[in-house]
Amino acid sequence: MASLIGFYSLFSGLLCSIFVIYFSIINFRNSKILDKKILIFTFFQFFFVIISFFALIISFVISDFSNETVFNHSHTTKPLFYKISGVWGNHEGSLLLWLVVLTLFIYLFLIKSKEQKKNYKILTLLFQEIIIIGFFIFLIKTSNPFNYIFPIPTEGLGLNPILQDPALAIHPPVLYLGYVGSSIIFSSALAGATLNYISKDWARHIKKWVIISWIFLTLGILLGSIWAYYELGWGGFWFWDPVENVSLMPWLCLTTLLHCILVLEKKNILTSWVVVLSITTFMLSMCGTFLVRSGILNSVHTFANDPERGLFILIFLFILIFLSLFIFFFIFKNSNKNPTNLFWLSKETSILINNWFMMYFLAVVLIGTIYPIFLEVITSEKISVGPPFFQKLIIPFLIPFLIFMAIGSQLKWVKSDLKNKLYLVLFFIISLILTLLIIKNLKINFLTNTVLLTAAFFLFFITVRDFFKKEFKNLSQNIAHFGFSLLILSILFNNIFSTEIISNLKIGETINSNKIQINFESINQKEKQNYKAIIGKFNIKDQYGKNQILNPELRIYNQPNIVTSEADIKTNLFTDKFITMNLVQNQDYFNIRYQIKPFMIWIWVSVIIICFGGTLSLFKRNYEN
Amino acid sequence: MKIKFYPAFLILIFFIIFLIFYKGLQNPNTYTPSVEIKKNIPEFKVKKFKNEKILNSKDIFLDNKFYLFNIWASWCVPCREEHKYLMKFKKDKNIEIIGLNYKDSDENANEFLNELKNPYDIILSDLDGTIAIEWGAYGVPETFLIHDKKIIKKIIGPINEYSFIEIEEIIK
Repeated sequence: MASLIGFYSLFSGLLCSIFVIYFSIINFRNSKILDKKILIFTFFQFFFVIISFFALIISFVISDFSNETVFNHSHTTKPLFYKISGVWGNHEGSLLLWLVVLTLFIYLFLIKSKEQKKNYKILTLLFQEIIIIGFFIFLIKTSNPFNYIFPIPTEGLGLNPILQDPALAIHPPVLYLGYVGSSIIFSSALAGATLNYISKDWARHIKKWVIISWIFLTLGILLGSIWAYYELGWGGFWFWDPVENVSLMPWLCLTTLLHCILVLEKKNILTSWVVVLSITTFMLSMCGTFLVRSGILNSVHTFANDPERGLFILIFLFILIFLSLFIFFFIFKNSNKNPTNLFWLSKETSILINNWFMMYFLAVVLIGTIYPIFLEVITSEKISVGPPFFQKLIIPFLIPFLIFMAIGSQLKWVKSDLKNKLYLVLFFIISLILTLLIIKNLKINFLTNTVLLTAAFFLFFITVRDFFKKEFKNLSQNIAHFGFSLLILSILFNNIFSTEIISNLKIGETINSNKIQINFESINQKEKQNYKAIIGKFNIKDQYGKNQILNPELRIYNQPNIVTSEADIKTNLFTDKFITMNLVQNQDYFNIRYQIKPFMIWIWVSVIIICFGGTLSLFKRNYEN
Repeated sequence: MKIKFYPAFLILIFFIIFLIFYKGLQNPNTYTPSVEIKKNIPEFKVKKFKNEKILNSKDIFLDNKFYLFNIWASWCVPCREEHKYLMKFKKDKNIEIIGLNYKDSDENANEFLNELKNPYDIILSDLDGTIAIEWGAYGVPETFLIHDKKIIKKIIGPINEYSFIEIEEIIK
């Protein structure tokens, strides 16, 4: 029943989209004000999609296995929370969620941009409707979430246990708000380009949409990363996996756009560049969807693998790309004749320099992600690009990036001078000395490490100084940059100071390593709702002689029958103690992996600080007026 | 009309990217174990079938000659399927067929050969399956084409019409 409602609701939504387009085209020529009907139909379009979405949720909650999606991804013994999160834990449901976000954003855009020109709004709406209709057809034709199966199975196949995690349950909606939210930037940039409307006013108006998408995208990536750390049991938080990379690419682009919008708002330059970035951000999102959903990538994430779906998104993606190219080259006239004369020492120059660095990082990630596909097609050789590639190419360039980031925030718009800038040198020397003190005790003598750490400290001190000195006129930027410096520092310390012990242990055995003693005391069994847990008890004596009990788990899920390993992590302000155990086939010992990861929590905290900085700027009327 | 350079260039680039992605979609995307081609054959000592004589691999495979190394067993149903192709190869003077009888009893294997005729020039016996492991075999049947003591082709599963023609082409 719910499935039926959901399916027809989806169709009604598509019908509304067609009406929206029809009325928009009429309204575009004839009238001075925005037709009320457009607004109403845009609302109903969203309304029907959300009804359809709720219908799917209800089907999952009541375990209606006559619905194919529910049958494939749910199970009666699953906790309610994961029944609901199972809705977007699969291809069909997550595309429906994508559609929810698309229609929600365009509706909000229309009611929030009352003061904008009518034709600009209508064009934005039209471009957005192209995307929306594309996804409607994609959903209905290739991945209908409401397929009926008969005879009705009595039990479902279950959700992949590694997806049964609170962080991952909310990761897709949050990520999508950012990922798909960038569609509105794309549509409005195309509309603006068509009408030659890209200006200071446009920048001020679109800025909040950029920031909102950016915040959600950042948080979404953070949640995914936390999940990987807790659930995958490798003790890392970023693996340069293709699926992670496709979320990082729009983020890099969006971050760049965010800064360029500020320059545009302030100085009315970089118009074309802003348009290009707006288009690229969403195209990277779409490209990511294509790469992930078509199964063209080999990745730890396994998703739907259906060539028809891949082909549809691929064609759709390139239609949008060629449409954008056409508008950008043949319709968009850069009416802005402001000469782009940048003074070498100014805020915008430093932003522009870091723009190039961002584009470089983006290129590295992009090449690392799609190069294997190209190679396979051209030479049918299979390779996978791993962390060393990204680290080698990115880390050295982070150094000037951080330094420009620190200096740039100290400069004025338009033209700055070197008066009273002696403290910059002073801070740099302090950072250098501090780094040398830290590195010296460590006996690792990597030149890049030293310089990178210095650069990160430099940014850290400069931003901290601003908290004390400034009259908080730049607070949001300051907080975000402070968060970024903290993030880099935490990652560096985490890399440098991490230690790991891997060993095979039987119950009752003890290992000693580097003054750390791990004693495998016992195991316990527990029956849970949809899995059986084997809980190990480990007594760990650290180098200071302090004892701590850690309890990693093995979970044997009933449906599907999969064993997952749950890490036990003891977190405090300075270090994470991380332990996982794994079954060794046909043996009576367990494989134990114990890690000490310093400053782990600060990685999460610093990303939240960055987001907080972004959020703060939403509440500020005018940027640095 | 003057064609603008940048748009034309970009459109071309994107078109190429499209084609590559399109081709990429056609590729089956499951990991296939890399077939170790051009690898030297492993050296091993082996008991001859129905015979206590121990053979050295160096004495079996000679240079400048094609060999078909076929892993088979009497209990293996697909082996019966590929048997007719092995018989066709037997008629070919360019190639010698070496059989490795895998985890089988001499009695059953003998019955199998009596029933279907013996395509092999030499039969070796791998009672515990260790030699098959050294060859990196996945299961039975599996066939290696050998030339100059190097594996130049590997067929997992029974030989079929397609692989038969392919091998005929190579050994001509």
